[in-house]
Amino acid sequence: MTKGGQALSGEKSTTAYWSANVRLILWNLVIWALVSFGFGIVLRPMLSGIAIGGTDLGFWFAQQGSIFVFLVQIFVYALMMNKLDAEYGVEE
Amino acid sequence: MDQYTLNLLVVGASFALYIGIAIWARAGSTSEFYAAGRGVHPVMNGMATGADWMSAASFISMAGLISAVGYDNSTYLMGWTGGYVLLAMLLAPYLRKFGKYTVPEFIGDRFYSNTARMVAVICLIVASVTYVIGQMTGVGVAFARFLEVDKATGLYIGATIVFMYAVLGGMKGITYTQVAQYCVLILAYSIPAIFISLQLTGSFLPQVGLFSEHTASAQPLLVKLDQIVTDLGFASYTGHHQSTLNMVLFTMSLMIGTAGLPHVIVRFFTVPKVADARFSAGWALVFIALLYTTAPAVGAMARLNLLNTISDNGAQADGITYEARPDWMKNWEVTGLLKFEDKNGDGRIQYYNDKSEAFKATAEANGWAGSELTVNNDIMVLANPEIANLPGWVVALVAAGGLAAALSTAAGLLLAISSAISHDVIKGSLNPGISEKGELLAARISMGVAIVVATYLGLNPPGFAAQTVALAFGIAAASLFPVLMMGIFSKRINNAGAVAGMLSGLIFTLVYIFVYKGWFFIPETNQLPDNAANWVFGISPLSIGTVGALVNFGAAYLVSSMTKEPPVEIQTLVESVRVPRGANKAVAH
Repeated sequence: MTKGGQALSGEKSTTAYWSANVRLILWNLVIWALVSFGFGIVLRPMLSGIAIGGTDLGFWFAQQGSIFVFLVQIFVYALMMNKLDAEYGVEE
Repeated sequence: MDQYTLNLLVVGASFALYIGIAIWARAGSTSEFYAAGRGVHPVMNGMATGADWMSAASFISMAGLISAVGYDNSTYLMGWTGGYVLLAMLLAPYLRKFGKYTVPEFIGDRFYSNTARMVAVICLIVASVTYVIGQMTGVGVAFARFLEVDKATGLYIGATIVFMYAVLGGMKGITYTQVAQYCVLILAYSIPAIFISLQLTGSFLPQVGLFSEHTASAQPLLVKLDQIVTDLGFASYTGHHQSTLNMVLFTMSLMIGTAGLPHVIVRFFTVPKVADARFSAGWALVFIALLYTTAPAVGAMARLNLLNTISDNGAQADGITYEARPDWMKNWEVTGLLKFEDKNGDGRIQYYNDKSEAFKATAEANGWAGSELTVNNDIMVLANPEIANLPGWVVALVAAGGLAAALSTAAGLLLAISSAISHDVIKGSLNPGISEKGELLAARISMGVAIVVATYLGLNPPGFAAQTVALAFGIAAASLFPVLMMGIFSKRINNAGAVAGMLSGLIFTLVYIFVYKGWFFIPETNQLPDNAANWVFGISPLSIGTVGALVNFGAAYLVSSMTKEPPVEIQTLVESVRVPRGANKAVAH
């Protein structure tokens, strides 16, 4: 924690940090909804042409694919937030 | 060595391990009792969260649920994992930064309202008590099935073990026992699954096996399964048969319910830093996904195995003779999970969908007088080791795994309940001047009382005990999740808004559930029959939590915008939970 970091963390940079975080979350929620509610349920008929292991891609997303995507999402988010924390000097 | 001795040995060894941990991880302060001293490594916490989260239902029943219905029940898989994305991004890091001990405490402080805190305590207790009863009965059933003691004795033994590590060690004891319990349960789940996958598909990973070729028929496993279930008049396994809207809403209810369940949220209070809370949610999902991606494979393979065993002459020909049934069927008939009734008196087993109108003609032509086998879904996991001809120690491990899943979830829930009582009710309201030592004692006594009450309810389950999904997830989704999220993401939501939101979400959801399931779940008091034809827009009472959450968001926004904005110090509090810096040393710096 340097003095410079302290000076940076004024009103403005905290606001910018927060909106960067919220943007990141929104993108993640779009992907989260797309793979589960989208590919897994609502859009499944559109993907029915893509065969995978005796069934279609939508079935795979519903029973397995969405879980894998969720996993990747959380780790990528955590890593990007570490970077963001450091950028705005708000890390612990 | 006979199976009974083996079960006794393996279960006994696992219990000795839990007690050893209890003695090692005693709690010396309230911080250790409520939050394990905030010194748990994020990977360890992930593992503990896995055990905390995966209950007797996940371990024993989920594969069976998927097995019986197929694609439509993918809702459980997506719902119970997708919630971790919400936790990692919307709740866990900020609540960890807030740095207190309970979920109602955040709600009370952020909305500067003791009323809000007490409403949260009530929601927490109703959700957690409903949930814990299922775990306690699960412990009793597991004991009865594997160790041949009666349910009550089994329940007393289980409760005594939890009592030892939860009262002595609080969150600290619970955390490290949960880590051990996770290891037991995942081994017990994976080993039979791997062998079944090898036998059916030649693939070592069940996750791959599910989408591979069924060796015996040289067809993809899912194609073979679809074929055999439809030949027997059942709905296809991979097909979509339910209302799409209801599937979406049910999945969403499970997701936001998961994120809003207090016993899951508090697990993230135990890690040292905000960044750790984010990663820990990821690790939790890694450990959960190991079981949750195995479960659909177990479900599909167990169903195929069962159907193949019975109708080995082809699906629409006569089944095997009752005399020729395999040993595992004989074993499980004793427990009542599998029942055979020779309706047409031909000495053979016919298992098909006797509710299907379209299949009636075929059945009559064959001289079948109804499906003769009643199969409890739980058998898909419990009988797996025997179906796969695995050695006795694997059967014993499954017994220990089922118990580990039930005990670990019970302990986490009991901690959430007892800290709400000692920290929110006693320290927060009745006796704010209580000393650190006094609160630690109060926490231990609350834990003891909670265990006694849960044991009693486990022995005499009230009508609502079977409604974990509706009640616990409904309340968490409609009441707790929205206010927690608004408390972090909005500075404008005030005390009146939060109370209005929580109450309207809660009441709306409960009323909808009661209309179909009976008022306070008393049989025959429901206004409308509980079936798709009567549900509003086809929304089942189990899926209504999502709508309740929207009601909560809407009411909180409306009421807040008509009343005064929160005071400056509350807005400052919101700003401070949004940044990681200063979680431990805000004042000292």
